[in-house]
Amino acid sequence: MNNITYFKDQFEQLQEANPKGTIANLRQNGFDAFTKDGVPTYRDEDWKYTNVSSLFNQEYQIAENSSVTLAEVNAIRLPGYKQANELVFVNGRFMANLSTIRSEATDLIVLPLEDAAKDEYKDIVAAHLNQSSNYLNNGIHALNTSFIDGGVFVHVLKGKEPEHAVYCYHILDARENPSLALPRSLVLVDESSKLQLTESYTTLGSSDSFNNQVMEVVVKENAYVEYYKIQNDVANASQVSSTHIRQIGKSHVHTVTITLNGGIVRNNMNLVLDAAGNETHLYGLYLLKGKSHADNHTLIDNLKPNCFSNQLYKGIADDTSTAVFNGRIMVQPDAQKTNAYQSNKNILLSENATINTKPQLEIFADDVKCSHGCTIGQLDEEAMFYLRARGIPKESAAVLLLQAFAADIIDQIKPEPLRSYVSKLIYEHLAIQ
Amino acid sequence: MLSVKNIHANIDGREILKGINLDIKPGEVHAIMGPNGSGKSTLASVLAGREEYEVTEGAVSFLGKDLLELSTEDRAREGLFLAFQYPVEIPGVSTTNFIKAAVNEKRKYLGQEPLDAVAFLKMMKEKMALVEIDQRLLSRSINEGFSGGEKKRNEVFQMAMLEPKLAIMDETDSGLDIDALRIVANGINKLRSPDRAILLITHYQRLLDYIHPDFVHVLYNGRIVKSGKKELALELEEKGYDFITDDIDLTANQ
Repeated sequence: MNNITYFKDQFEQLQEANPKGTIANLRQNGFDAFTKDGVPTYRDEDWKYTNVSSLFNQEYQIAENSSVTLAEVNAIRLPGYKQANELVFVNGRFMANLSTIRSEATDLIVLPLEDAAKDEYKDIVAAHLNQSSNYLNNGIHALNTSFIDGGVFVHVLKGKEPEHAVYCYHILDARENPSLALPRSLVLVDESSKLQLTESYTTLGSSDSFNNQVMEVVVKENAYVEYYKIQNDVANASQVSSTHIRQIGKSHVHTVTITLNGGIVRNNMNLVLDAAGNETHLYGLYLLKGKSHADNHTLIDNLKPNCFSNQLYKGIADDTSTAVFNGRIMVQPDAQKTNAYQSNKNILLSENATINTKPQLEIFADDVKCSHGCTIGQLDEEAMFYLRARGIPKESAAVLLLQAFAADIIDQIKPEPLRSYVSKLIYEHLAIQ
Repeated sequence: MLSVKNIHANIDGREILKGINLDIKPGEVHAIMGPNGSGKSTLASVLAGREEYEVTEGAVSFLGKDLLELSTEDRAREGLFLAFQYPVEIPGVSTTNFIKAAVNEKRKYLGQEPLDAVAFLKMMKEKMALVEIDQRLLSRSINEGFSGGEKKRNEVFQMAMLEPKLAIMDETDSGLDIDALRIVANGINKLRSPDRAILLITHYQRLLDYIHPDFVHVLYNGRIVKSGKKELALELEEKGYDFITDDIDLTANQ
């Protein structure tokens, strides 16, 4: 890895400019860990099928200044944006001037992470920022932590249900150089409040991009969260996207991850169920073509009794693409009466595509219900013949069947504008050969 | 309309059809009867273009075209319809959308404009009444959770919507009770017309109590061994297949 010197220089400059405080300390710990652990290789069990080290052969620039314009933001807004709070990140940094906050400050607070760490939120930031490192103790996560700078803090206030959802647009400017972004955000969903959060990713320009993202979400008693991740970037855009959600009060979380395009995509979706009676639903859909690689690692850590979780991830791999699903469920000794279900279903469309799927259950309590299952198959020949015997050409018949396969995940996207948007994206993605 | 000449067909290297000859003219209803394993469903599959079957000899012409050269979907769009013995359940694909896609694919192939939503709904309503099928079934996924009778009714409904030139009904009577059989047979009778031919494939004579064929053929061991008018079916019902097959086996052994 020849860019370690570059990271060191950049890190030292950042520390010199802002040497004190919670965030500077976290950065220091992060960089120490990064220097010690390095980037994971296929020899690390957790990264066996996803070669992230190859991403570091590139001479990235952690570009601070970018001339992304409002017109460029306009081009990537998601449907329903007129009713949403739009948070724009350029090269990993939150850009207040390009963002639009529509909610009242009595419902929703959006602050630069550095500001939150100083003032009234400093205890909250100190308590919750980087809790994810307890679970994601690897060099990739540590690298993100080393460069916490320009992140964002989002707080949904107690008892509030903001009528405006939150959309996060991650823009990577790779017009001049290969671009590395390290966005970091902390989201606090307070007691009895509601949040609907969507993230999308866009690379500008034709150089490679690498988005190494960490979002930490803290969910308190009686809160409800919907989280949507839509990954439909260009073929040389890679990312490691870690979403670490801690349900510290009895609450409900619903997530859907859609991966359509990209280079190497690794998603870590962690759910820490740290209160009795939590409910969690994780859904995912990956439709891969070309040389795309998508790796969905999920973790449900059941710490307290009576939690319910359900996971359904589905995928289609065509051409020479590769998909990985690793679903880890931990049931700790106190987590009696846990109900945890997991299912992963795949369709292989080409002889050269690969799917690796692995359930991983670690159960330390004796009164639990856990199940898991996975399938890898092909298009149903009988169904294909039936459709063709009615005059529907082979290609269209395949698209119909694949859409049907994807439908139960798309249906989990609750807001209508996003659901139709994703549905259309998927149709186009499947229809183009 | 359909001319089958000396068709031989294999599956997995085993010869199932051993020289079938059959001529069907517009407006005619033919019934192919035969014991289990005689090749009835294979004949239907070969005509519809199922790829597992390999035609080793013979020719089929359909409306002047070489049927065997056409893909499954093109055969359908030329006007050939296969009502499946076991209609496939396809979760997640709505029956209505599927039929609309099928109707419009056919129209496109024939150089016609696609039906708009209003015209399509109007057509649906007419045909639904014709074959006595409930709207509720059509808003569900294709055949998903349908009873045996509902599946067969859905096949006849699709036939009504696609208005084929030749409909091959593969054991459409199998698994139906008397009431369902009557409804399905009524639907098919209403779809008889001077320019549409129907090929009924059945094991039992009872379907022919409802749909009167012009010709009856007995298929045995991959060949049509006897053809006649509808009285042949009654004779088969009375005497069983043995009265024909014994003769043939006897001849073959001499």
